[in-house]
Amino acid sequence: MTTAMTGGSRAAFWTVFAAPAVWMGLFFVVPLSVIWAYSFGRTVGLTQVAVTGTLANYTRLFDPVYLLIFAKSLVFAAATTAICLVIGFPYALVMTFASARGKILLLLAIMLPFWTNLLVRTYALMAVMRSEGWVNQGLGLVGLGPFAMLHTNFAVVTGLVYVHLPFIVLPLFATLDRLDRSLIEASLDLGAGHLRTIFQIVIPVVWPGILSAVLLCFIPALGSYLTPDLLGGPDSQMIASVIERQFKRANDWPFGAALSFMLMYLTLAAMAWRALAERRAAQAR
Amino acid sequence: MARFAIRRQHRGPLDYAGRWSLRLWVAGVMLFLYLPLASLVLFSFNNAKRTIRWEGFTLDWYAKMAGDDALISAFANSLTIAAISTLLSVVLGAMAAIALWRFRFPGKGAFDGVITLPIVVPEICMGVAMMVFFGTIAPWPRDLVWPFDLGAITIAHVTFSFPFVTVVVRARLASFNREMEEAARDLGASELRALRDVLLPHIRPALVSGALLAFTLSLDDFVITFFTAGPNTVTFPVKVYSMVRFSVTPEVNAASSVLMAITIALTLIGVRLQGTAIARTESP
Repeated sequence: MTTAMTGGSRAAFWTVFAAPAVWMGLFFVVPLSVIWAYSFGRTVGLTQVAVTGTLANYTRLFDPVYLLIFAKSLVFAAATTAICLVIGFPYALVMTFASARGKILLLLAIMLPFWTNLLVRTYALMAVMRSEGWVNQGLGLVGLGPFAMLHTNFAVVTGLVYVHLPFIVLPLFATLDRLDRSLIEASLDLGAGHLRTIFQIVIPVVWPGILSAVLLCFIPALGSYLTPDLLGGPDSQMIASVIERQFKRANDWPFGAALSFMLMYLTLAAMAWRALAERRAAQAR
Repeated sequence: MARFAIRRQHRGPLDYAGRWSLRLWVAGVMLFLYLPLASLVLFSFNNAKRTIRWEGFTLDWYAKMAGDDALISAFANSLTIAAISTLLSVVLGAMAAIALWRFRFPGKGAFDGVITLPIVVPEICMGVAMMVFFGTIAPWPRDLVWPFDLGAITIAHVTFSFPFVTVVVRARLASFNREMEEAARDLGASELRALRDVLLPHIRPALVSGALLAFTLSLDDFVITFFTAGPNTVTFPVKVYSMVRFSVTPEVNAASSVLMAITIALTLIGVRLQGTAIARTESP
């Protein structure tokens, strides 16, 4: 291990390296490895799992019930990301072209809810969407509703959009801010309208950045637990809710472990795709 | 909102921030983001048991919250966990950042990857892993005196917080001038002494903002704590969760408003502190 270590003395290296490495190994690698091992096991007691090397837990994932939940989670996360992109792109555009002071204010405005506790934000949405909530009262004034919004798929997607908007606005702003403005000026000078400029010049140029932002929003949305749990109804379960049930009420740890690792593989695949897209963009430049 | 609009007469073709359609859009986003939070805070002062209609101003719900022993002890638990976890996260995070920035060693890529993983792994996966680990593999003793019974939760919090500190400190280390350290060494300082007296002052702003990040992450975490907490080790978010699930009274609004105020205040202080600290180290 120490043979090819460079950059300073061995003592200094071990002083700074040992503690975080041991901590990570003991409290991160070991727990995840145990879950991974359990995914090839079978429940034998209340909290006992025999690791038998069986693939039964993974074949059970292909049960239509669970495939449907995976599909639904992917659809929820994709819808969330699409709506966040539509809402967030104009916001990021305004941020890019605002004055220095305006930039800071707009940044703070989008970050303040982000720093607020997830539970608090979700609870705030519950109150607004209740059938006696503000939204329904507002609709009532114009003679509509009341609609049952809470505990529906609509509430879940709204909640996910609410929570994940900063995830897309910040990276979008970072790429738009680096955009060469003379491209837009040239397009406008040559007679293209603003919308045409945005769709044919801005979006193609910042496309790698958009892709990266999309994945930064999609990944956490896919693994959400609290939002579907509090805002959703019985038919709006996502993967995380099913994992929770296996580990708590259903007490089927091996199957829960297999589900966890499927979610993890999906997440890591999305991350890898993002890294690849960024590398390709860097090469093209 | 008028602040970032340049005067209408001078509007250039690129002045997207001044176009009324886009400003309307931004106003809509603000409404979407802040209406729920504002109504949550507003109704924490509402003099009615059901949170439907405004019945007058009261501080009763805050008083009721202050007298709720379970809620107060959950709050004390949260603050204790956050304090210990922040201390450990800053130390471990800074160590890992220095190791990765300074040294080349076999397995560096793997170490880097493992350190970054807790940031991207879904919370639910980490939560169940911690639950199994502290439930069966290394059971945390059940009947310890406070605050040692919070050990399992604290360890879990350090594990997901310190990689964030590492990211922040590493970004700051990139601007360190190695010649400063070499000068200290030439003047006779030992390697560790040079680390302590030259490197640490440079990364102090990152340590401060890393600490605040770790503190808010710990204070805010629900999912991972939910899986690690036992019946006697309830944290503030876990307590609020059970209140939301089982009894929606304005007391929940009051508790939420307090938590919101704390995290926002801490973050704003952090932003300000970091700004002044960097300004101080950059000026000669």
